[in-house]
Amino acid sequence: MANEVLLDVRNLKTYFYTTKGVVKAVDNVSVKLNKGEVLGLAGESGCGKSTLAYSIIRLVPPPGRIVSGEIYFNGENILKYSDEEFRRKIRWKGISMVFQGAMNALNPVYTVGDQIAEVIMLHEGLTKKEAYTRVYKLLALVGIDPRRAYSYPHELSGGMKQRVMIAMALALNPPLVIADEPTTALDVVVQAQIMNLLKRLQRELKISIILITHDLSLIAEIADKVAIMYAGKIVEYGTAEQIFYNPKHPYTQGLLSSIPRLRGELKKLEWIPGVPPDLIKPPPGCRFAPRCKFRFEKCDSEPPVTEIEPGHYVACWLHVKS
Amino acid sequence: MSELKVFEPTPDQDTILYVKDLRTWFPVRRSLTDIIMRRPRRYVRAVDGVSFTIKFGDVFGLAGESGCGKTTTGKTILRLYEPTGGLIAYRPREILIEQFKEKGYEPKVVDQYGSIDIGKIPAKLLKPLRREMQMIFQDPYGSLNPRITIYEILEEPLLIHKIGSTREERYDIIAKALETVKLTPPEDFMFRYPHMLSGGQRQRVVIARALILNPRFIVADEPVSMLDVSIRAEILELMMELKKKMNLTYIFISHDLAVSRYITNKLAIMYLGKIVEMGETGRVIENPFHPYTKALIEAIPEPDPKNRAKLRQVPIKGEVPSAINIPPGCRFNPRCVALDSNPNLKPYCTRKEPPLIEVEPGHYVACWLYAKK
Repeated sequence: MANEVLLDVRNLKTYFYTTKGVVKAVDNVSVKLNKGEVLGLAGESGCGKSTLAYSIIRLVPPPGRIVSGEIYFNGENILKYSDEEFRRKIRWKGISMVFQGAMNALNPVYTVGDQIAEVIMLHEGLTKKEAYTRVYKLLALVGIDPRRAYSYPHELSGGMKQRVMIAMALALNPPLVIADEPTTALDVVVQAQIMNLLKRLQRELKISIILITHDLSLIAEIADKVAIMYAGKIVEYGTAEQIFYNPKHPYTQGLLSSIPRLRGELKKLEWIPGVPPDLIKPPPGCRFAPRCKFRFEKCDSEPPVTEIEPGHYVACWLHVKS
Repeated sequence: MSELKVFEPTPDQDTILYVKDLRTWFPVRRSLTDIIMRRPRRYVRAVDGVSFTIKFGDVFGLAGESGCGKTTTGKTILRLYEPTGGLIAYRPREILIEQFKEKGYEPKVVDQYGSIDIGKIPAKLLKPLRREMQMIFQDPYGSLNPRITIYEILEEPLLIHKIGSTREERYDIIAKALETVKLTPPEDFMFRYPHMLSGGQRQRVVIARALILNPRFIVADEPVSMLDVSIRAEILELMMELKKKMNLTYIFISHDLAVSRYITNKLAIMYLGKIVEMGETGRVIENPFHPYTKALIEAIPEPDPKNRAKLRQVPIKGEVPSAINIPPGCRFNPRCVALDSNPNLKPYCTRKEPPLIEVEPGHYVACWLYAKK
């Protein structure tokens, strides 16, 4: 795992062409992920983090469209693939996804075993019987009694449904799994169990994970690299230690000091005044400038991405050396 | 061995509200076979014997996982659900008693401080109570009528309670209410519809609506859980500021112990309809006694990457059972790891409900580990 790049997203733009105008949900985003690493993608609702994920697995719902950019997966530009080619070669076999809201992502009229088996049968042409032997293994892997394969989703608890979703994502042994808010709507105890499961699977199967969440505490639990997104752009990127111990972008700093903590000293919570911009008409220049307490003249033009220490990138004029 | 002190809600000078053995059960619909077989009616025991006291100016936290009965407790206190049993004693303002008398109803006084049993007020006569007790709802996207303007949303309670006889008077009250929740200038917000506001702004409208009748007791049900992290602190700060300014007392319902830690001064942890631990917030979080509280606290992630290498060991088994079939004895016993390491307690844990006893001054726990020593 000598820092081999698995996924390399370059200058990706995904826009939604709505009747009110073009929503620039992902606007010129570049991000890299090494083999066997976990990337935490954090940001508030509407910042484009889920759209970035959907772009990578090419499931952007209309009227959204990938406008430009490149996505290299194992060295190949998968944006060049036709839809059919992508479906056969990449989706689920190369990159799979654990969708937000496991409660509703499963089909209520099929048993969970059938739903997992379907993936295997479709992609590998196995018979149902052959597929089921793998279904049992997958369920055991995520900590569910294999006999539960014959259960319908309503017979399972929220935590178990989420485990089924994870089993389904692992069905074809993909090197990369994208987990989009895998624990929202789950209680803290179940959340901790799911996070443990992801950690264990990541180590045992040596897979890469992109974890998308608004909760920085969850990212700290598992991520090696962290990207902070704001209004369609990545504003800061670095190792978990760099981001959590030495945040440089005012937005990252604001986010971190607004998290209520359970342990340690009871410091006054901070907040970021204002609201995120409308992505149809984002402010010119730095998009965070209207809410930023360090704003100065330069912020009217777009800040370049600067490497301030090895592997730690910030898009902020405060850190640009003239 | 010293005498064990079992928690008993005892009012004093400073008590604004106390509940004693509060129960809210919802009947489960019986199927035809149930009726033919004459099976007894079953109940979801959402709140099943809850007692606590709240003093003037407290922020009393109710915490626990979904389905533990924290919201039902809050709503029952406001009489949004009918209590099945127990006492809800509230110390009213003079004016409330007068309003009740005007309607020809004499509320029952239950102690020497003049508290009245609000659980027994007939549903038809509850209106005056709404001027004293209000609720802040969780979902600012769902709790505001999308078809009327903010002005109309805030005017509604004024019209219902006949406050402000002219339009001008009401306009002034609404403008002032918007100012108190910092939606300024108020003219900018009054004639907008809810969808034109951000989540944080909407939650301010929800707060303004709760406060416009000048109440003094507020049940806040997860008021920040639907908001982005970066603006939560702003709403919490506003709530604390208004509490000081208007002499409010809050019940703060939250599943998030970290948020509760910042805003509450008392904290009660609920599990399956019962309080398992209660005390000063700081003590409960730093020095939890109940195995369930310990597990909850252990499960909460911290924004610190140094925990990354290890798995988070949460000392709890299984999943929450249904509130229809509550386990006998201590309702936590099937999930308890402390019971596994203390098998001698088994006869107690699986047969008898543990009392809520004092383990240190003002800190109560319902667990046989501490009740049987």
